[in-house]
Amino acid sequence: MQLTGTQFAETSAIFGNDLATFPDFPAEIRAPIGTLPGVSGYQIHIGNSDVYTPGDTYDVLVAMNAAALKTNIKSLKPNGVIIANTEGFDDKNLRLAKISEDQNPLHDGSLAAFKLIDINLTKLTKQALEPFNLGNKDAERCKNMYVLGIVYWLFNRELKHTKDHIQKHFAKNEVLVQANIKALESGYHFGETNEWFSHPIEIAAATYEAGLYRSINGNQATAMGLLGASVKAETPLFLGSYPITPASDILHELSKHKGMDVISFQAEDEIAGICSAIGASYGGRLGITTSSGPGIALKTEAIGLATMLELPLVICNIQRGGPSTGLPTKTEQADLLQALYGRNGESPIVVIAAATPSDCYDKAYMAAKIALEHTVPVMLLSDGFIANGAEPWRIKALEDMPSINSQFICNTSDQTYLPYKRQANFARQHALPGSPGLEHRIGGLEKEHETGNISYDAANHEFMVKMRAAKVAKVADDIPEQTLALGNTNSKALVIGWGSTYGSIHQAIIELNAEGLDLAQLHLSYIQPMPKNIAELIKAFDVVMVAEMNNGQLIKVIRDQFLVDAKGIHKIQGQPFQVQELKASIKQIINA
Amino acid sequence: MNPEQTIEVFTAKDLETDQEVRWCPGCGDYAILNSLKKVLPDLGVKRSDMVFVSGIGCSSRLPYYLNTYGMHSIHGRATSIATGLKVSRPELSVWVITGDGDALSIGGNHLIHTLRRNPDINILLFNNQIYGLTKGQFSPTSELGKVTKSSPMGTVDQPFNPLALALGANASFIARTIDRDPKHQQEIYKRAHAHKGCSLVEIYQNCNVFNDGAFEILTDKSTKASNTLLLEHGKPLVFNEGKQGIALRNGVAELVDITKQANSELWIHDENDPIKAYILSRFFEQAEFPTPLGVIYVRSEQATLNDLVQAQLSHSNTAEKTAQFNTLLKGNKSWEV
Repeated sequence: MQLTGTQFAETSAIFGNDLATFPDFPAEIRAPIGTLPGVSGYQIHIGNSDVYTPGDTYDVLVAMNAAALKTNIKSLKPNGVIIANTEGFDDKNLRLAKISEDQNPLHDGSLAAFKLIDINLTKLTKQALEPFNLGNKDAERCKNMYVLGIVYWLFNRELKHTKDHIQKHFAKNEVLVQANIKALESGYHFGETNEWFSHPIEIAAATYEAGLYRSINGNQATAMGLLGASVKAETPLFLGSYPITPASDILHELSKHKGMDVISFQAEDEIAGICSAIGASYGGRLGITTSSGPGIALKTEAIGLATMLELPLVICNIQRGGPSTGLPTKTEQADLLQALYGRNGESPIVVIAAATPSDCYDKAYMAAKIALEHTVPVMLLSDGFIANGAEPWRIKALEDMPSINSQFICNTSDQTYLPYKRQANFARQHALPGSPGLEHRIGGLEKEHETGNISYDAANHEFMVKMRAAKVAKVADDIPEQTLALGNTNSKALVIGWGSTYGSIHQAIIELNAEGLDLAQLHLSYIQPMPKNIAELIKAFDVVMVAEMNNGQLIKVIRDQFLVDAKGIHKIQGQPFQVQELKASIKQIINA
Repeated sequence: MNPEQTIEVFTAKDLETDQEVRWCPGCGDYAILNSLKKVLPDLGVKRSDMVFVSGIGCSSRLPYYLNTYGMHSIHGRATSIATGLKVSRPELSVWVITGDGDALSIGGNHLIHTLRRNPDINILLFNNQIYGLTKGQFSPTSELGKVTKSSPMGTVDQPFNPLALALGANASFIARTIDRDPKHQQEIYKRAHAHKGCSLVEIYQNCNVFNDGAFEILTDKSTKASNTLLLEHGKPLVFNEGKQGIALRNGVAELVDITKQANSELWIHDENDPIKAYILSRFFEQAEFPTPLGVIYVRSEQATLNDLVQAQLSHSNTAEKTAQFNTLLKGNKSWEV
């Protein structure tokens, strides 16, 4: 089902729609088919103007079995279309979906408010594929292509992109290529020859700035941003990582690029993942580690080491529901306080959050740039929602990205090399091993200012604690000033968000302002340090709200740093904010 | 003469740093440091190409006292850091300084995985069978029943056999030496360096404050000869001033009184034989056998991790990489608006 959804998304993107997707699947690899927890869904929102969210409700629902219908029917709009595979509503499937046999929704009238198209997709597919003499299982597997064909007809899409994909995907088995293409075409023709609709649903292409586009999801974009930064910085990439949902796709992607001098090291655990990256960074590579919340918890001590060694390091946290193992495949933004404060001692690091799938490219690039230029660990926060969600993206060639100048050196004009001597941005220059005359020792014990020798001196410790904090604060010189995504400083109230909630908040405020309210949106990408003008912006508002998918984390920081009586809007259900939910919460807070 | 080929000449004195050595007076670590200082100038490696990475513990302070590159890292993780460094910079000579707590307790997982991956690094494991820096708790190599601050009634933990553990992890080089024998140490460090692959050297090291005399039986004049077995490749296993030897009959080691029997039946040490190496490593548990010192096992034909990693990489210039990257970014499904 995930593959079918991806194909529809890519085809629509190429057609020119703006879109947002939300793949939602169980944590188990082969969760029992037909059961309620086993439902694997792919939500896609396409439009002819800007699309900011995967949508609260659906116009069309494809349900391959009773469980899929039962778990999703609540979000289908009145008069919405249901394409249901009747084979998935037999007694066995009803039992699995915990529906009694006399309450088959296809027959009991409960779907009267919708336009129901109930067809035996399994049988139709098998009939269409009879000439291929496929085994029963292979033939049945093609039913997703059959239903995709129907959907393509319904939305008037061309089949070419998916046909190309089938050719590549089954390149080693010509029979499967032909069978899948046949199923796709048969579905399309089935849509055409049946009179469910007088004509397909027309959604025109959106207006885009001219340029070269591709569809990209957050994890791909993160991998590309990191790789691009390493090329730009002429500092080859080292990834030390341990597989974890939903971060593993970054490991998979970067592992493909050894031809670009990328070393990917699948370590024995999360700790070895980050420590190998620190070793690589010490040796002059761009050290990166990727994980999700539970893994980040294990890396904590090593992040402290990198803070003390003042070596560049990028830590990607693709957040998921917590605590502990939590909800591995569901989305949440509950690791912000862990990112900001989750280490022993005074150990500030830079924290950046990506807002959309394609924004992961820019923010991953900036994370690497800041790490290399400021000799500091940088944590990039993404989450399951944008990591797996895709959108069309205007490709940014490397020539258009900002330059990166690392602090790695092989020689110095100074009389003696002082490992902890400060540059203008308070970074230190790191002499790479192999450089004659610059031999030196560094470690996790407190450092003496400039020399880097072990020091237990009281005043020096305080000085160094403040220096490391000042170095992180100095990053604010190199990040853009904060702007308001919507509204202005005269607007009546401000909604602050961070990370993947950008689209939902944006759409909610557009709609509320269209209803006559006057709201502003501030979306934070740089959370530590924050942009220099942030206090001035926030203090311009009497009413400040913070919307986030946790039990109240950024709000603590906002209240702490700006002494404003911010109000929180929180959702902790493993699902992104719906626009309607946000609108209701905002209205309630401002008594509108 | 090509200047790149000149090897910088340096001496033990050049390896000194301006840092005051802070081990307790009488600590076995001094002897190890001094032996290293003697050996390092003879390896044909530039001082600036040497990196010592350590974890946490008394032994792990060593990098501060050697004027090479060095990193004093966090507890148990030096092997992981060294692996990341070595695969990134294979031309460097990378050494790990660790202890029994650091390598076998908190860092046990990283140790076994480093050994199986076989990066070309040298791991020097200072085994004093105690936690020294935290002032005297039992360690994973402390003997069963040992009374320490954290085991007032005696430990109930069976100790690790570090070399058997290393063999189990498929280590390609294992050796044992002892702090009180500088010549032997130096020879072993040279061998460890020469081995292309991951070398694990267990160094018996006396902690004269918290575990004094742990290895006295191997160093005291009256007991040393009958309790130590110096291994030499191709030579028979003989100890106790030539009076005793060891034979291998049907896979079982037996003590032989050479004064009574001809020594043609003696076990000839073959450091490339993993089965014999395993039997030697088990002498650890058998009190009647002497403690083997020397190179117990070497397997030199195995590819190193760093070679395998480097073989998969291609190095191209920035312009080529930029072009490659832009092509990659475009992917095969892009469209023009």
